[in-house]
Amino acid sequence: MQVVDLAKTSKRDLNSRLHALVPNTNETHWRIENPNGQHSLVVGVDAPVTIEIVGHAGYYCAGMTKQATILIEGNVGVGVAENMMSGKVHVKGDASQAAGATANGGLLIIDGDASARCGISMKGIDIVVKGSIGPMSAFMAQSGTLVVLGDAGDALGDSIYEAKLFVRGSVKSLGTDCVEKILRDEHKIELRRLLDSAGVDKAVKVEDFKRYGSARKLYNFHVDNASVY
Amino acid sequence: MCGIVGLFIKDISLQPKLGSLLAGMLAVMSDRGPDSAGFAVYGAGDADRVKLTVRGGSLTGIAEALGKDVTCAIHDNHLILSLPKDRETAVRRWLAAERPDVKIIGSGQRIELYKEVGLPAAVAERFNLETMAGTHAIGHTRMATESAVTTAGAHPFSTGADQCLVHNGSLSNHHSLRRMLEPKGISFETDNDSEVAAGYLSWKLREGATLEQALESSLVDLDGFFTFVVGTENGFAVVRDPISCKPAVMAETDRYVAFGTEYRALVGLPGIEKARVFEPEPARVYAWEHN
Repeated sequence: MQVVDLAKTSKRDLNSRLHALVPNTNETHWRIENPNGQHSLVVGVDAPVTIEIVGHAGYYCAGMTKQATILIEGNVGVGVAENMMSGKVHVKGDASQAAGATANGGLLIIDGDASARCGISMKGIDIVVKGSIGPMSAFMAQSGTLVVLGDAGDALGDSIYEAKLFVRGSVKSLGTDCVEKILRDEHKIELRRLLDSAGVDKAVKVEDFKRYGSARKLYNFHVDNASVY
Repeated sequence: MCGIVGLFIKDISLQPKLGSLLAGMLAVMSDRGPDSAGFAVYGAGDADRVKLTVRGGSLTGIAEALGKDVTCAIHDNHLILSLPKDRETAVRRWLAAERPDVKIIGSGQRIELYKEVGLPAAVAERFNLETMAGTHAIGHTRMATESAVTTAGAHPFSTGADQCLVHNGSLSNHHSLRRMLEPKGISFETDNDSEVAAGYLSWKLREGATLEQALESSLVDLDGFFTFVVGTENGFAVVRDPISCKPAVMAETDRYVAFGTEYRALVGLPGIEKARVFEPEPARVYAWEHN
């Protein structure tokens, strides 16, 4: 195992070493100690490796990653896994704002809560939050799936395109053009698959979730609004 | 941008370390605010005396002129005057008439307030923050947006006894609020938007609101982006605007409650590894007070 102590090694050195990894690297398991809330840790990794961060990380942790499995044993700041392409990012604590923002693929698991704008402009990522999410989550979400075991804050899914939202708890309010939809069998199957891949207890029933998505009324210009111009 | 730090001590044995812990937190937030810094420390106080923090101009001769029952402590270019409560009006009048070049930037039973331009670590060192003790303190590192980089524009702002406010963000209706508040007797020293927020809260408190009610009404009346940390004689309170535009993180242990704009600011606190670390929710008032 590669152990990197950020009390002794700079973040830049760490990220450079990770960027240099080749696809068939033997350095497949990394442990990062003393992150102390530093920003931009483990960003842009493109290799099938497992990286554990022992402690709280700052902004943009695990952003732009491909293939890697990244585990954070603590909280993360703004923009965890932003623009992730593939792989898995698992936060054991809470995530701050804009978790999984604009991400194209992969799986983001947050064991605690995620604050405002979780999944903003998501483009294909699957996000499973075991706690609750803050306001304006899934704003302009384009595709992918956001699963929330707890509650959602104000304006969920505002101006949403085609992402699927599943919330088990209460939703404080829905954003413009976001509506509740019927939870059909195919959604239950997909939801079960995601819950399983996030390691959620089998006792959590898919039937307890509600599905939300786009009413698709913002897709085209509505002639009734012509007088506004 | 700007950075805010705050520390509320629960365990009395930690009180002598208040200043050194806050100094560490402030230095880390230099990245968010290298223009200027300031801090308010709630230290020892006497119920029948008042402390005035005075800065600017020449500070020599002030203590001598005010007489024996006024004590003074010089911290670089700030002066802390301690005087009997019943002399406050007379001392303020004397300062205004005889020493118009100095400004009273804070007053109250326990508050001491320091601010200066320059890197936060240098500002903390200049005033010996390291050696200050107390029950709670708040600090600010500034990256100016709405007004000039001057000492007067540095935070915290104090517009009432033992009250102070630090702000991360920017307000867009501060001119109209100022026009509303000035006729009500709230006066301002600077063009700064954050000072208007402090004045707004002082006005609400004066009208009988609790700190919590004052902060809740600020969510309705203030337009713009803000995370506020507000100090009072007994404690501090935190509120963020409804869209939580500016970051904030808090940590709580049996020994303290700490606030930082980023978690990095909290890393040096004792026992932080085991603290409950959480993000304050938008549009919700959090308050901690000593009874």
